[in-house]
Amino acid sequence: PTATVLDIKALFHKSYPKWYPARQSLRLDPKAKCLRDEEVLQTLPVGTTASFYFSDLGPQLTWGTVFLSECVGPLIIYLMFYFRLPFIYSPKYDFTTSKHWIVHLACMCHSFHYIKRILETMFVHRISHGTMPLRNIFKNCGYYWCTAAWMAYYINHPLYTPPYYGQQQVNTGLYIFLFCQVGNFSIHVALRNLKLPGSKAKKIPYPTKNPFTWIFWLVSCPNYTYEVGSWIGFTVMTQCVPVAFFTLVAFIQMTVWAKGKHRGYLKEFRDYPTLRSSILPFIL
Amino acid sequence: MASSEEDGTVEEKENNNKKRTISTLATAWLTFYNIAMTAGWLVLAMAMMRFYIQKGTHKGLYRSIARTLKFFQTFALVEVGHCAIGIVRTSVIVTGVQVCSRIFMVWFITNSIRQIQSEESVILFLVVWTVTEITRYSYYTFNLLHHLPYFIKWARYNLFIVLYPLGVVGELMTIYAALPFVRRSGMYSMRLPNVYNVSFDYYYCLIVVMLSYIPLFPQLYFHMLRQRRKVLHGEVIVEKDD
Repeated sequence: PTATVLDIKALFHKSYPKWYPARQSLRLDPKAKCLRDEEVLQTLPVGTTASFYFSDLGPQLTWGTVFLSECVGPLIIYLMFYFRLPFIYSPKYDFTTSKHWIVHLACMCHSFHYIKRILETMFVHRISHGTMPLRNIFKNCGYYWCTAAWMAYYINHPLYTPPYYGQQQVNTGLYIFLFCQVGNFSIHVALRNLKLPGSKAKKIPYPTKNPFTWIFWLVSCPNYTYEVGSWIGFTVMTQCVPVAFFTLVAFIQMTVWAKGKHRGYLKEFRDYPTLRSSILPFIL
Repeated sequence: MASSEEDGTVEEKENNNKKRTISTLATAWLTFYNIAMTAGWLVLAMAMMRFYIQKGTHKGLYRSIARTLKFFQTFALVEVGHCAIGIVRTSVIVTGVQVCSRIFMVWFITNSIRQIQSEESVILFLVVWTVTEITRYSYYTFNLLHHLPYFIKWARYNLFIVLYPLGVVGELMTIYAALPFVRRSGMYSMRLPNVYNVSFDYYYCLIVVMLSYIPLFPQLYFHMLRQRRKVLHGEVIVEKDD
């Protein structure tokens, strides 16, 4: 009586070991939407027997695996450029270090950002989706790794030019960056505390005692807001066009995600606060 | 690259149960646009033939038609707008890629690099483009007016088989011929050190563009072949489920 779609998938897996449950997509109709694992069989609109249509989603990877590989790559790649490993720049610069303080600072910030992300993926995030297709990991990692290499190449280049407004500009960028990193972390912790382990119930996030979460009054997805802020800080700090480009693309992508989430919230909760926008307070 | 859009007009399709019609205003505008573009490319064709007959050589031919070519090819940008607002049922990205590659050839290669304007490959792709565009725009015009002669349909879906590869050859040869001049002049390039901490080498960019033809050309070519089978022979192609 409480059998779910997941049980069907397990039985299917027993007969066909190749298609593990995460890879199966079962529908009641070839054109209908995919059935979720938790749906109880008795509630489905069928009679005493039912036919399911199966499609193969391809090899799957857990979201955790994907996040980790997306973050470890840029971390290592940036350091390769920072230490000026051979074959990147002219041989006379191999293993030298930059004379600009800003370059060391940028390396610390960049590495801190990705180490923080790796630790969050391991200990803080509660990921509700199970898996994603294998192709995604190549696409995502390719993008993150290539842009990291592109940025790192110019920041650690022997001919790098420090920012126009000097130390003032670097400090401003640094403060913005650090502020947003702390903010981003606070939001992740707040979101984690919303969900009880194992439950898939959704709840509206609200501001807590932490001042960094007070932005929840104005924004649905402040983690993205803080992320964009961090990268803007990094751009100001390094004054580097590839970084600006990366920030812009990240902003566009996160806005798309934020709008999706915001719409999801509005659909799910009748009493969702009306003052909130998706990513930029009052603007977007 | 030669255009390879699907049949773009939004009309009641015979095989389709979905009926999507566009407003009279949109139809009027599209008809006007397609007639104007057909006329424009006809003018180009006439001008090219006249030049060759009068002068007997292709040297200087590009200079004589450059302004008209730039005007009509650039004006094709509105087609992206048509797809975006939905009066033409083609993907914005496909049209965007087509138009951008044409604009790239016209403005960033032949317009900027004077020395290659008398190359034979330029004439090759100009002829290919002219024939393709006249066929394509007259096809759209007749389609909108519901009086499509079979030979136009035949031309549109058969000529590309030869014209498309020829056009690609012409374009690639032109870019290849332009490379030494780009390298020597260092045009459109930016070197370190500079305030923005970025560098760009147009020479290597062109090499990447040439290499990108390798994956893109077959995809577009086979797309057109599939369209051809669907339109001319009414075959239903079963797409692989991703």
